[in-house]
Amino acid sequence: MPVSILSSDLDNLTLARATMGTSLGFHIVFAVLGVGMPLLMLVAEGLWLRTHDGVWLTLARRWSKAFGILFAVGAVSGTTLSFELGLLWPRFMAFSGAIFGLPFSAEGFAFFIEAIFLGLYLYGWDRLSPLAHWLTSIPIAVSGALSAVFVVMANAWMNSQGGFKLGRGGQLVYVDPVAAALNASTPTEDPHMLVSAYVVTGFVVAAVYAAGLLRGRDDSLHRRGLILGMSMAAVAIVLAGITGDSSARFIYQAQPAKFAAMEGLYKTQRDAPIHLGGIPSDSQHRVVGAIEIPGLLSFLAAFDTNAEVRGLDEFAPNLRPNPILVHLSFDTMAGLGIFIGLVALLFWILVVRTRQIPRRRLLLLAFVAAGPAAVIAMEAGWFVTEFGRQPWVVYGVLRTSDAATTAPALGLTFLVFFVIYAGLAVTTARLLLLQARKNRAAQ
Amino acid sequence: MSEAEVVAAILWLALTAYAVLAGADFGGGVWELLATGPRAREQRRAVAEAMGPVWEANHVWLIFMIVGLFTAFPRAFGIVSLALYVPFTIALIGIVLRGAAFAFRAHGREAVGEVSAWGVAFGAASVVAPFFLATGVAAVASGSIRVAGDRLISDYTAGWTTPFALVLGLLAVAMCAYLAATYLMVETEGTPLEADFRRRAIAAGLVSGVLALGALFVAGQSGRYLVSALLGRGFPLLAVALINGPIALAAVWFSKPRIARFAVAAQVAFVLWAWIVGLWGYLIYPDVTVNEASAPSSTLTPLLVVIGVGMVFLLPSLWLLFRVFKSRNPAVALARFGQDK
Repeated sequence: MPVSILSSDLDNLTLARATMGTSLGFHIVFAVLGVGMPLLMLVAEGLWLRTHDGVWLTLARRWSKAFGILFAVGAVSGTTLSFELGLLWPRFMAFSGAIFGLPFSAEGFAFFIEAIFLGLYLYGWDRLSPLAHWLTSIPIAVSGALSAVFVVMANAWMNSQGGFKLGRGGQLVYVDPVAAALNASTPTEDPHMLVSAYVVTGFVVAAVYAAGLLRGRDDSLHRRGLILGMSMAAVAIVLAGITGDSSARFIYQAQPAKFAAMEGLYKTQRDAPIHLGGIPSDSQHRVVGAIEIPGLLSFLAAFDTNAEVRGLDEFAPNLRPNPILVHLSFDTMAGLGIFIGLVALLFWILVVRTRQIPRRRLLLLAFVAAGPAAVIAMEAGWFVTEFGRQPWVVYGVLRTSDAATTAPALGLTFLVFFVIYAGLAVTTARLLLLQARKNRAAQ
Repeated sequence: MSEAEVVAAILWLALTAYAVLAGADFGGGVWELLATGPRAREQRRAVAEAMGPVWEANHVWLIFMIVGLFTAFPRAFGIVSLALYVPFTIALIGIVLRGAAFAFRAHGREAVGEVSAWGVAFGAASVVAPFFLATGVAAVASGSIRVAGDRLISDYTAGWTTPFALVLGLLAVAMCAYLAATYLMVETEGTPLEADFRRRAIAAGLVSGVLALGALFVAGQSGRYLVSALLGRGFPLLAVALINGPIALAAVWFSKPRIARFAVAAQVAFVLWAWIVGLWGYLIYPDVTVNEASAPSSTLTPLLVVIGVGMVFLLPSLWLLFRVFKSRNPAVALARFGQDK
């Protein structure tokens, strides 16, 4: 019989979810920077090659140093995830591996290419010719984006399973992993996650340089850092809005329980309202304390205020996601998304009008705030996807509770990983700040 | 060979690449911990310089193995993940700390100077990770993990806590150190550091040999299958390893770094493949076989296509990486390590 190493009051399902959630929530920040930063580095170094203006080179080299740390932490936390899929969810993987493993394998190659060319890029500044060095940044940016595309295909499959048939005994009798990878959620979820990576990178980079400007470091380095960050941010946030909208409308069709939870809609109705904020209450069957905008939900879901939207009451309580988590996460994502979108819009209006970057203190504060806001919006969006799919790990097929491991000492694992990730987060932040101070001292 | 066996062979090749390449990176951590003498600082520096550009790429072989395993052999992956939850979780903690500590130190050096705690964390984690990975692999091969249908019927300590598995864990660490020391001989060729790493390579080679023999002594019940597999179908490869072992050590002894590097890497590959061939056809000996546990052909064929296409991009990229960083002019190394003083 299994040997218990450390008994725990919490059940394995809770602990496995907590550990997986911590690992993913941590990794996703580094992963999105791993997608976005290489593109910025590519642009900055490319501008240096064209203009021979050393400021662009300084930007690229500083980002390269910071990225060296960020990528390493992202790589090891990503490794953790590939193991944890099995260690925490062995039955999920035993069931799903053959179906959705293909995009993971493709992601493995994309990650391989990214790691190889990053080695060349980080350590090749003095070994490669300027042009050759710049060329190495292209495969990093491309494979970084492809990694995200592939890995989100696997997550999309968990939302819109398909590409397989089960026999009478529940065994797999037919698998089409290509169809599984190109599942119904992929066309909407994948682009939304990809552009979100650029949103986060753009706003975070802009925030770093806006913070410098706030402290009076008004030099061309900071101005250009801000401009490049805001360029990426502005393009990406528009695309995030478009892809997010199509994603939501797909969810309305394909995952009605998730859609209802996103809006805290209990009763199935036509002319369904949007709830801004508020706390969904299962006992009162409504969202308490929300601002209601009648008809808007129906309109957004189907371009028709008369469209019927299914409410949570249609689903048995054990087949519903937690509407409080999903609704608040959704509103956080959408609210912050709109905020950072307006920040980017304001920035560019002022730049185009005045032909210089805005320097008003309040505006710079808003640019700084948009950085963390973008990260929180992205995390919240991911919460919507994951909490909204519950109680399923594979929507409609496999429950999360049936997938968790029976291994012992999960509490200890959770604690250890939590402490390690907290330590890594603090150390990474501290090192980047020290690096920045060192850069200034050298200037 | 069935399609499943082809995929398995590719995964074992990936494991071999991981052992030969990332193994040396773990070994670098061992020499970080054991850096001594008047040139201790330069030894650490050589480890960091050698690993810097390549360790992340080397590390990806493990991820390739894991995703390949769960795509092609999901049932076996589920069972192994359950049975070896404890050693693999500990190895994982080691992998995370090793990579993070290395990056913090390498990239933080300029900002905060040398921080010895990161060096210690990097070194200690570099010992923990291969040790526990190897105990897990020993458990899979030892016949201790038992499966009935889809259910694991052995307990969570089965296989990896036996004296045999623990000795194999130590052997893995020693082999990593051996690999690293010979690779570092090449990296520091013509400098005083070469002699340091030569002495270390000899020591690690001898310790590896003793541990390999020791493993036979403590094999007992749990190692019986593995030993008989090695002496059965795996014997030709084992015989090559037995001949190659002294050749590798002699190359180190007579300061032929490039021959030594090749021979020691070959030694790791021969030992691994003696084992793989010995247990050919099994994923988890004796209950889970390659052909029974594999995903359907409709998964394996596209997987092989992905691997084929992926390799077209991967292999030239790897060639470029190693060509730029590992085909060094010794004189350059000499100049560089000369400046460090």
